Amino acid sequence: MAITVKTMHRPEPGQTSYLRAAAKGMILTLRHMLSPRTVTQQYPEEQTELSPRWRGTHRMEVHADGRPKCVACGLCPTVCPANCIRLVGGEDDQGNRYPIVFEIDEFRCIFCGMCQEVCPVEAIHLGQHFENAEYTRERFVYDLDRLMEQDHPVTLLWDPSDPAGE
Amino acid sequence: MEAISGLPALLSSSAKVVAVFSGVLVVVAYTTLAERRVSAFIQDRIGPNRVGPFGLLQPIADGIKSILKEETSPAAASRTFFILGPILAMVPAMVTFAVIPFAAPLPTPWGVVDMIIADVPIGILYILAFSSLGVYGIVLGGWASNNKYAFLGALRASAQMVSYEVALGLSLITVLMLAGNVTLTEMVWQQQQLDLWFALPLSLAFLLFVVSSFAETNRLPFDMPEAESELVTGYHTEYSAMKFSMFFIAEYSHMLTASALMATLFLGGWDIPFATWDDAFWYEGVLIRGFGPDGAPLAASPAWWKTLFTFGVFALKTGFFLLFFIWVRWTLPRFRYDQVMQLGWKVMLPTALAYIMVMAASMLILDQVGLPYGFAYGLALTGVSLVCTVLFIFYLDDDRIIKGAGARRAVSNPVPTGGGD
Repeated sequence: MAITVKTMHRPEPGQTSYLRAAAKGMILTLRHMLSPRTVTQQYPEEQTELSPRWRGTHRMEVHADGRPKCVACGLCPTVCPANCIRLVGGEDDQGNRYPIVFEIDEFRCIFCGMCQEVCPVEAIHLGQHFENAEYTRERFVYDLDRLMEQDHPVTLLWDPSDPAGE
Repeated sequence: MEAISGLPALLSSSAKVVAVFSGVLVVVAYTTLAERRVSAFIQDRIGPNRVGPFGLLQPIADGIKSILKEETSPAAASRTFFILGPILAMVPAMVTFAVIPFAAPLPTPWGVVDMIIADVPIGILYILAFSSLGVYGIVLGGWASNNKYAFLGALRASAQMVSYEVALGLSLITVLMLAGNVTLTEMVWQQQQLDLWFALPLSLAFLLFVVSSFAETNRLPFDMPEAESELVTGYHTEYSAMKFSMFFIAEYSHMLTASALMATLFLGGWDIPFATWDDAFWYEGVLIRGFGPDGAPLAASPAWWKTLFTFGVFALKTGFFLLFFIWVRWTLPRFRYDQVMQLGWKVMLPTALAYIMVMAASMLILDQVGLPYGFAYGLALTGVSLVCTVLFIFYLDDDRIIKGAGARRAVSNPVPTGGGD
């Protein structure tokens, strides 16, 4: 298609109007004033419906006896592009590996979801949750206990009916 | 019944001053809330609704915030005038309400009390004098701030307010001619006598007065002095906390006074439409409600419920204009500065002058014909005014006065022929 210049024809003198246009505008605003089509969400009372793919605050899955499912394999700190996971693994007397230290800095995290994708035992998850305001910066580094306490629903990462994201 | 006098008069006057002053402040506070709520509705939002039911305590919260906030004072500002500015802006705005009658006279055991703080014989002149003082506060505030934007805002304010005061004053001359007096109580009375509100027989004056009032109160589409998108916030750029609030209160009380004035001058003030039982006026020391067929005055019987009703009607009319102010603000965009000046000097002023001529001539002719002051008289003037208003609107519209920015460019920038479409 050839490139063309679209010329906007400015109204000639005598073609425009102020008063009629103003009156039209006044009627429009009056209509909105009398029946506002409000779309405002009254946030703390009305919560947004989060998408099942929403990636928010992490949580650590736990076994029935209260132990974390994490086996301290070290895959998530390796894959993490933001380098926000600190993991120190340990081994108990039966030879089971478990995390001694597991910390996620929610400030550094970019919520890409790769830790959840890479986890072989489906221990670390991102959650459908975003309200994590704190009074100090230190409180944003979530330790293992705090990750295990989280009880919001976990993210699906992808839509089960459309796994390829099409 | 006698008019109140002596010590009870002094006490009732003091009570009225306190009541009206606090009333004005409360209305101003709630107008700010109304402004925010109405603008929200116009823009499909909700507006402040957190403090109290429907946000009704929001003005109180705003007031507390303003008082507790830090007062900043620019280092280069002229301190005396910087403080004087908001005071000079606020006081005239408050004082003007003193001469506006807001209800029918109220009977008390000590005599009849007029529902007006000061029924001064110079009425309108007092209002014009004090409302023009308001510009000093803005100019002083803007100049003393020692800030370029504030100074520009102040300059614009002075130019605009001085220009539109001319049109405002001239549009009132026809009202003075028709009422034959400058006191506002008498104007309400004359509108009751005419059985017509002055908005009809003087429709063009009404239109000019409304437009000039918008310019005088610095409200959109004439908010040149503030012009947020051009001058930060114009003359009150450097002001914070309570001093800023005082400018804010000044603007809204100007708005309230202008609304009350429009209601009083053109919509019959506290007069209840299509009813004569509420009419009351001091005629040679007696409160009358009209003249009989033989010209003898008929005594009025004031009652507390009449006062209440008329006050309600007055509040309704004033409230309508306040809402109109807000409604227009959130509809129309700001004029360009040259358009404001052009409209003021090239349109409003000549139109007001010509209108005075036309109305004076028509009144003279009607008097010569011998038509008595009454409904027919008003109707005849309504016809003349209607023709004037239609002509004015026809001339004003159709791009003759307010041109779009593109109109001139289209001529200087001819479109080459043969180009694609």
